[in-house]
Amino acid sequence: MRSQKEYDDIPGTFVFDAERSRQGFAINMFCMSLLKEENRRAFKADEPKYLDKYNLTPEQRDAILTRQWNRILELGGNIYFTAKLGATDGLSFQQVAAIMTGNTQEGYAEMMLKGGRPAEGNRSKREQAKSQQTTSEDKIRG
Amino acid sequence: MAKIVAGVATSHVPAIGAAIDLGKTEEPYWKRVFSGYEPSKKWMEALKPDVAIIVFNDHATAFSVEIIPTFALGCAAEFPPADEGWGPRPVPVVQGHPELAAHIAQSVILDEFDLTIVNKMEVDHGLTVPMNLLFGSPAEWPCPVIPLAVNVVMYPPPTGHRCFMLGQAIRRAVESWPEDLRVVIFGTGGMSHQISGPRAGLINSEFDRAFLDNMTRDPIALTRIPHIEYMREAGAEGIEMVMWLVMRGALEMDVRETYRFYTVPASNTAVGHIILEPALAAE
Repeated sequence: MRSQKEYDDIPGTFVFDAERSRQGFAINMFCMSLLKEENRRAFKADEPKYLDKYNLTPEQRDAILTRQWNRILELGGNIYFTAKLGATDGLSFQQVAAIMTGNTQEGYAEMMLKGGRPAEGNRSKREQAKSQQTTSEDKIRG
Repeated sequence: MAKIVAGVATSHVPAIGAAIDLGKTEEPYWKRVFSGYEPSKKWMEALKPDVAIIVFNDHATAFSVEIIPTFALGCAAEFPPADEGWGPRPVPVVQGHPELAAHIAQSVILDEFDLTIVNKMEVDHGLTVPMNLLFGSPAEWPCPVIPLAVNVVMYPPPTGHRCFMLGQAIRRAVESWPEDLRVVIFGTGGMSHQISGPRAGLINSEFDRAFLDNMTRDPIALTRIPHIEYMREAGAEGIEMVMWLVMRGALEMDVRETYRFYTVPASNTAVGHIILEPALAAE
């Protein structure tokens, strides 16, 4: 189980802290191995077999095999390590980011060109919940 | 006596390195970024520093999750560019300054900063992209480099205040080196960006501009920014900006802004750059 942290209130963010570092050790060591070309080749040739070498939980293993990028982070993967799995799949940092946001690469790149995702409305889950409440109250009033 | 003659801060976006390596610098998207560094390259050429101390972070290259040092000083004679998954960047091997590095390590440890000493390290885009932006792409780098790697990958990184104080200790160390060396110090990383999770793509130009302003106006205010504020306001990875404060701490309090450049985006990131020099230096 994970203890509550102040930064858990930041929406859409999995902070890689000491707890996740411990939990995700096997994920990150697996990703680190992909820095070597021969390992990338061995992984691509037989992904489940390659993953057997790492002490992953069934959830972690499944998240990797099905490329659930956000789930990988939630289970202790760090983005700089996870990006090496992206690179193995031929994806850039921006492409992985786009997938994590649920956007297409074109849509994401366009958002960035227009100045990126604003901080306004994205600072806190509590604030977001409050503003959603206000919106629905407004609707009721309207 | 050795002296810190200027401070430079700049983003170290990996895609900037890729744009250089793949010859895309003239494409409009990238030209917008690179043109902002043209005056800086000329300034650096005129400055001719004897040594550069570059504060950067490793991105799961030299350090995995097995060992995560908070501050690690590169004391080796050279630092080869690392293979980050696409082969090593085609840049020259970074030459170190082992004598000055060892002196700095000894001085700051006795000054109560518990550094990790690194005698062998490959360096990734975090170090080499800022070098390209300020030195261009020469056959050999123009001066030796002392890399200082800061953990900003695992939470918590050192506080901004701690980084600033380490900068002050580095300044004392440099000034106790007998040889007349002119040293430039780089703080790298940032500015606002988040590359992980559903909130990826966050940019906060207002935060970034205020940060740039306060590099001269009120650096002490910057040292008081708590981690949660960096993450909320400038993105989970925007916390890298604490590394700028090592550079700022190494300069005297009274500095002037020689140059500034800011543009959004480079890939996922707001690119920020500033050059600071002692206020009293001859024009």
